[in-house]
Amino acid sequence: MPETERASILSRVWTDLLAPRGWRVDVPVFVLTLALGLGVALSVRSDQGVSGLAAARQDDLVSILADLDARNASLRQGIASLQAEERQLSAGTSADALTAAEQRATELAVLAGTVAVHGPGIVATFADPQGTVTADILVDALEELRDAGVEAMDFSGVRVVASTAIVAAPGGGMLVDGTRVQQPYRLSAIGDPQTLQSALAIPGGVDDAVTTSGGGARVAVLRVADVQITSLATLPDRRYARPDPSATKDGP
Amino acid sequence: MIPLLGLVAGIIVGRVFGVSAPEWLAPYVPIAVVAALDAVFGGLRARLDHVFDDRVFVVSFVGNVVIAVLLVFIGDRLGVGSQLSTAVVVVLGIRIFSNTAAIRRHLFRA
Repeated sequence: MPETERASILSRVWTDLLAPRGWRVDVPVFVLTLALGLGVALSVRSDQGVSGLAAARQDDLVSILADLDARNASLRQGIASLQAEERQLSAGTSADALTAAEQRATELAVLAGTVAVHGPGIVATFADPQGTVTADILVDALEELRDAGVEAMDFSGVRVVASTAIVAAPGGGMLVDGTRVQQPYRLSAIGDPQTLQSALAIPGGVDDAVTTSGGGARVAVLRVADVQITSLATLPDRRYARPDPSATKDGP
Repeated sequence: MIPLLGLVAGIIVGRVFGVSAPEWLAPYVPIAVVAALDAVFGGLRARLDHVFDDRVFVVSFVGNVVIAVLLVFIGDRLGVGSQLSTAVVVVLGIRIFSNTAAIRRHLFRA
């Protein structure tokens, strides 16, 4: 049955589709299908042409042009922003950043007491013949000066930093960060001389406390145009804390 | 046989002689091809139905092509050329599919 069916299909294809019908039918059919084949060849060729633009209609060309314009504009914008970024980066890297970092390092070195400094300030001399001036009074003096905006201090040859401790030494004198100093104590401070001087002289303040401690103790405060502080603090070794650059924010 | 010969001959002529459509006609060649394909499939179906008539075929072929190209041309003038050409291609495509379905049913009874 499939055999005969296939045969019938083939015969029908031949008789109904392929067999010539005489020139009256075949010539027009041939001409028209020739035209169709020509058209197929033409449209395939024109598609391979100037990327199909030549065959595109006016509407399509306009929209293609508009697309290209928009793309062009956005690319231009990208170029501009990238160029701005490049300028910023190249300007930021070498000169400015280095200067800023150096300035910051200097400020931190002054604060940490690792560089010698000089500048206007005061020199306060604590005369304590009877040993009546306590460590409390001296620490108060340091705090008063800090409140008054002191930038660097030296206590009888020992650089005063944030961690500086003053304790009474057994047998007289003071231990400043473990260094034994004897009276008269000499406190050099760099800052606005007027402000520093009045910070020590406020009623009930350091000056009064020293005077009322008895034993003939006195404070002599001199304003000096150029105080030299050459003593240096040693930085303690960090054993546990590690810098975290990723979390570091630019301070003010 | 004759339509197949014509088609192959046309493609060969187009290829070998490298003819190209005139500038003003180029955008309409694809639409004309689709319209002609519709007419050809209609003719095949008519042959299988034993109702093929050469005059009907010629008129429908030429008419299809002319109307399709004219529609798209007018659409271009009106500024809706791309939409109209889509419409024409969709309609002709549907017709081609229904014709090929009829041909398939004729040949394979399925």
